[in-house]
Amino acid sequence: MKTGIDLLYNRSLKGPLLLLAILLVLPIVIPSPYVHGMMVLVGLYTIVGTGLSMLMGYAGQISLGHAAFYGMGAYMSAICTVKLGWPALAGILAGILVAIVIAYIIGVPALKLTEHYLGLATLGFGVIIFIFFKQLKSVTGGLDGFSGIPALNVFGIEFVTDMDYYYLVWPLVLCGILFARNVIQSRVGRALRSIHGSEVASNAIGVNSQTYKLQVFMMSAAYAAVAGSLYAHYITFISPQLFEATASINFLIMVIIGGVANIWGPLVGAMAFVFLSEGLKEVIPMVISNAGGEFEIVFFGILLVALLIYMPEGLLPSLQKLVGKQFGTKKAKPVAATPVVTASAEQAETPVRMAGGDK
Amino acid sequence: MESLSQIVQLIFSGLTIGSIYALIAMGFVITYNITGVLNFAQGEFAMLGALVCVSAVGAGLPYGVAIIISILVVVLIAGLFERIAIYPARHSSVPTLIIITIGVAIAFRGIALFIWGTEPHMLRPLTDGQPFSISGAIIQQQSVWAIGVSLLSLVAMYLFFEKTFVGKAVIACVVNRFAARLMGIRPEKMSFLSISVSGGLGAIAGIIIAPISGASYNMGLMLGMKAFIAAVIGGLSNAPAAILGAMIIGLLESFTEGLWTTGFKDAVSFGVLLLVLFLLPNGIFAKSSGKRV
Repeated sequence: MKTGIDLLYNRSLKGPLLLLAILLVLPIVIPSPYVHGMMVLVGLYTIVGTGLSMLMGYAGQISLGHAAFYGMGAYMSAICTVKLGWPALAGILAGILVAIVIAYIIGVPALKLTEHYLGLATLGFGVIIFIFFKQLKSVTGGLDGFSGIPALNVFGIEFVTDMDYYYLVWPLVLCGILFARNVIQSRVGRALRSIHGSEVASNAIGVNSQTYKLQVFMMSAAYAAVAGSLYAHYITFISPQLFEATASINFLIMVIIGGVANIWGPLVGAMAFVFLSEGLKEVIPMVISNAGGEFEIVFFGILLVALLIYMPEGLLPSLQKLVGKQFGTKKAKPVAATPVVTASAEQAETPVRMAGGDK
Repeated sequence: MESLSQIVQLIFSGLTIGSIYALIAMGFVITYNITGVLNFAQGEFAMLGALVCVSAVGAGLPYGVAIIISILVVVLIAGLFERIAIYPARHSSVPTLIIITIGVAIAFRGIALFIWGTEPHMLRPLTDGQPFSISGAIIQQQSVWAIGVSLLSLVAMYLFFEKTFVGKAVIACVVNRFAARLMGIRPEKMSFLSISVSGGLGAIAGIIIAPISGASYNMGLMLGMKAFIAAVIGGLSNAPAAILGAMIIGLLESFTEGLWTTGFKDAVSFGVLLLVLFLLPNGIFAKSSGKRV
């Protein structure tokens, strides 16, 4: 029985500890506030991406409207702190609650749909929420945006600088990833993967796929709302354009670039996305003189298509393969010593290969 | 009388915009049924058609030549898109395919932004006559052109699919891909053909709408999404129903805008999309079973 549990639960702390070490060292190695700011964004996008990866990579359900939940978190935080004078934490909780409730309301009918139809429904939902952000001028400030959102203040600790947010966001990212990993490797996770493989078959063996899909949808909405709330406090100004369909698609791009069915994929994807777009903003005007600031979207479009055709699992699995080859001799020994556990860990980390194989 | 003229006006503008949506929605339906791909880049074909036409006219070409050239250019682009992006990924899962077409749409938008910039371009109307009036409503000549040209294109499509050999081969692939292959029809070729044709339809739509609401690099997204709604209302597999769906969306938008508020125009359309998806996922005209497992 013990080995059976080992097969399912990968409790290896190697990855999280490595990340923690890198995160602690990074501000010392690179003391630039500009980089810290970008890292805060990477962290926030990773939180959204982790939720999306559970929904898409593991449960196999597409969402083209996640910016709506991100926006709900942001607007609830803004409204609660500025208009109602609530403490920041209450605003964040309110945002999560609203996102979960709305995810439930929209999820019940939407998750009965499959494939293209689900994509369309979530896209339509995202557009409608965006229009509400834009039109409810008395509440959201409309297109002028919502400014003057106070810096985050939790139990008397004020978060002002990029560094403060860096140290606030990244522990949350780590918690988010660990929580998602636990979910994925639990019984629920197996159910989700079985739904990805075949919903009809999962129902037949007694998995209530509708309930599981709804739960994971609500969970991913909560992740997005947390990130949105923190974003609002960090940037202190929000406007509807930040939560347009384009933003939903950007989240999708990040998750897919990184590797949708890998718990570390969203992190790699968010990092690639943020640093690439910042880098392109610097490089493109040098190469092409009259290019506008938005020109990097061409690059992302082409990158996305190429990646999906030639590297459908995303960057991370390919990187892992590369690293695995490089260090092949080193890793060979532990594999031989504990074959069962290592094999299981690998299996748990890349479920889509199994699920996608029969498609 | 005042209200009658207003209603005629709204009906006319609804049909004008509806016929634009119909052309793009037609492209969706053709592509979806042959390749199984819901092409999120469909609206971008309209954008490319409009902007290429703007440039061609700007280069001093006669209007008619400019239109033909821009349609051909977009057909070519659509064909290339099929070969480069859709064909190599034809065995991928649905979310992957959706995201590939989104990626292409983003790339098209970026390229257009690079070539034509952010500012909207105007195309002059096909004929510079005075607007005329029907029971008090002022009708622009371009509106008549829009409705006329799209009707003509749709009739041409109908004749192509019903009367020509190639058209029938395409339909055969829609009905049963496997059987069509047994009869010596190559679905890969038909997929190429269908996306090229939808590119052409999109280009026509873009060229018609450019004199009415201008042409800019980001016009494709909304046009594409509205045409989606139209196609879904029609059930995604039924071309005449998609056209009817497009007209419904056009009228709905024009009446929302005219009688209520501009701001929620799009919300109404997308609300209809959600309602149709949730209540009648096979479209409002279909009886057959669809994908709703």
